Amino acid sequence: MSSGNAGIYHEMIVDYSRNPLNYGKMDSPDATHHDSNPLCGDSIEVHLRLDGERISDIKFDGKGCAICMACSSVLTEAAKGKTVHEARLIGKDDVLAELGLENLQAVRIKCALLSLKVLKYALYSHLAKCGGDGDADGLKEEAAGLY
Amino acid sequence: MGGGGDGIAAAAPPPPAPAASGLLARQEMRRAGGFSAEEVRRDFPVLGRTVRGGKPLVYLDNASTTQKPSAVIDAVSDYYRNSNANTHRAVYALAEESTEAYESARERIARFVNAPRREEIVFVRGTTEAINLVAHSWGRANVGKGDVIVTTEYEHHSNIVPWQLLAEEKGARLEYVDVDAGSGELDLGQLERYLAGGGVKLVAFSLVSNVLGTITDAARIVRACGEAGAATLVDGAQAVPHMRVDVRALGCDFFAFSGHKMLGPTGVGVLWAKKEALESMAPFHGGGDMIREVRKSGSTWNDLPYKFEAGTPSIADVVGLGAAVDYLEGLGMDNVRRHEEELTRYALEKISAVRGIAVYGPRDASRTGGVISFNFADVHPHDVAQIVDGEGVAIRSGHHCAQILMERLDVAATNRASFYVYNTRGDVDALVRALDRVAELFKLE
Repeated sequence: MSSGNAGIYHEMIVDYSRNPLNYGKMDSPDATHHDSNPLCGDSIEVHLRLDGERISDIKFDGKGCAICMACSSVLTEAAKGKTVHEARLIGKDDVLAELGLENLQAVRIKCALLSLKVLKYALYSHLAKCGGDGDADGLKEEAAGLY
Repeated sequence: MGGGGDGIAAAAPPPPAPAASGLLARQEMRRAGGFSAEEVRRDFPVLGRTVRGGKPLVYLDNASTTQKPSAVIDAVSDYYRNSNANTHRAVYALAEESTEAYESARERIARFVNAPRREEIVFVRGTTEAINLVAHSWGRANVGKGDVIVTTEYEHHSNIVPWQLLAEEKGARLEYVDVDAGSGELDLGQLERYLAGGGVKLVAFSLVSNVLGTITDAARIVRACGEAGAATLVDGAQAVPHMRVDVRALGCDFFAFSGHKMLGPTGVGVLWAKKEALESMAPFHGGGDMIREVRKSGSTWNDLPYKFEAGTPSIADVVGLGAAVDYLEGLGMDNVRRHEEELTRYALEKISAVRGIAVYGPRDASRTGGVISFNFADVHPHDVAQIVDGEGVAIRSGHHCAQILMERLDVAATNRASFYVYNTRGDVDALVRALDRVAELFKLE
């Protein structure tokens, strides 16, 4: 790369932005949440299908930059098949590391972590509704504190 | 544009400006038509730096804020080094100098926009505060239940949200003049229909759109509002820095602009209004310097403009804005406009020629300020802006505080390149080269 920060636009990011994984809507999801970044206009919705405590299917839709779309792709791929308890442990470093974005500049972190925030809120809404996991409020705080 | 009510690019020469610094010879040459952006660049220290691993800085975000010439930086610095004291209070030497510097800036700024009286120039933090001042002090007294306030779809949020707040508080109705998504022009026929419908108390519009660059037909709006008995507020933030503006000729009731978009410091802007209007209005902020007498039973207000300047003002920034005005007068506002129009014409041609680029707003440089908004194929503006930043080119991406316009254009965001006195064709070429890099990374055909 001729210049530092354009290096984040490697093949995988560009490909995911064009052909995101798990992109689309879901009929009557078991949990869903939406959020947006007011400054850049990224807007993401995450839908969960739950088979007991297991995430049997996950979809995201909305609009975002390449960073946002790529991170949403790898996040939904990582969450699919996990239990709610396992999925809530996915952290920001997991998402960033998957795409080599550990050194992403602060101003773009929101783009990368929007879908993680939305997923955590969706899991929280499920837990709050069904009980089950002891510390639902902790998850909500974690989502709010991501960036 | 043209005719009696036209406050832009009026032909009358400006009154002589006081000497800014040792630039007189150069200024004379520029007045004679020898404007050279390459030469202007040398007055701006930041333009000499590199970014992102040695790339020369190409600064194209002037609609957001502008860089500062040494004359402005030195004026602020000299003020703090030599004259710092509070204004309008103490009798000692420094306070006298500080007050003189502050008031002299007010006089030069009044001349710059051809305000009839110096006391009609109210210093505020910026355009946003100026508009909020009008909404609070004039709006609350003059807008009532069922009345109508009209703004436009291409306003900055600062010329929308204060009116939403006022309309909500008063039970008034807020209407928006449509923007044609193709041409970037306002539908002034619709405005005239609102006016004919009656009850319109205020029409608030920007003289130049901060996203599309469209130059509003202010003369037509002011004339129509005058006939309908509606007041007018003009957001001049994107106009005053770039073209000669004459508030007297414009004939509006309120006019707002910001210092930092015209080479001045952040933290200072101006509200101009006719003396009679300002006198009739209640204060905005209460505090020191805005009062005549304070008693337990109540207070009386200071004369204009101090009634609206509560608390210690941003003295150094006002002094800096005065220096910015001197600098711009030295360049000559007609030269500034001519330079930007030529550069915008060149940029429109070059940027539009890039495959996959969609330009929003007027394509005719004579109809637009130096602002070009565009999208590049399916690449999100944030990605475009980040990649061109890697090449040292600073452009803005996002909704530009104009979400209602984004909705009209049916996009989440745009890229925006905006020009000023120090930008050159070389800067435009650097942007176009950097866009090639976007095409390469995103494999655009």
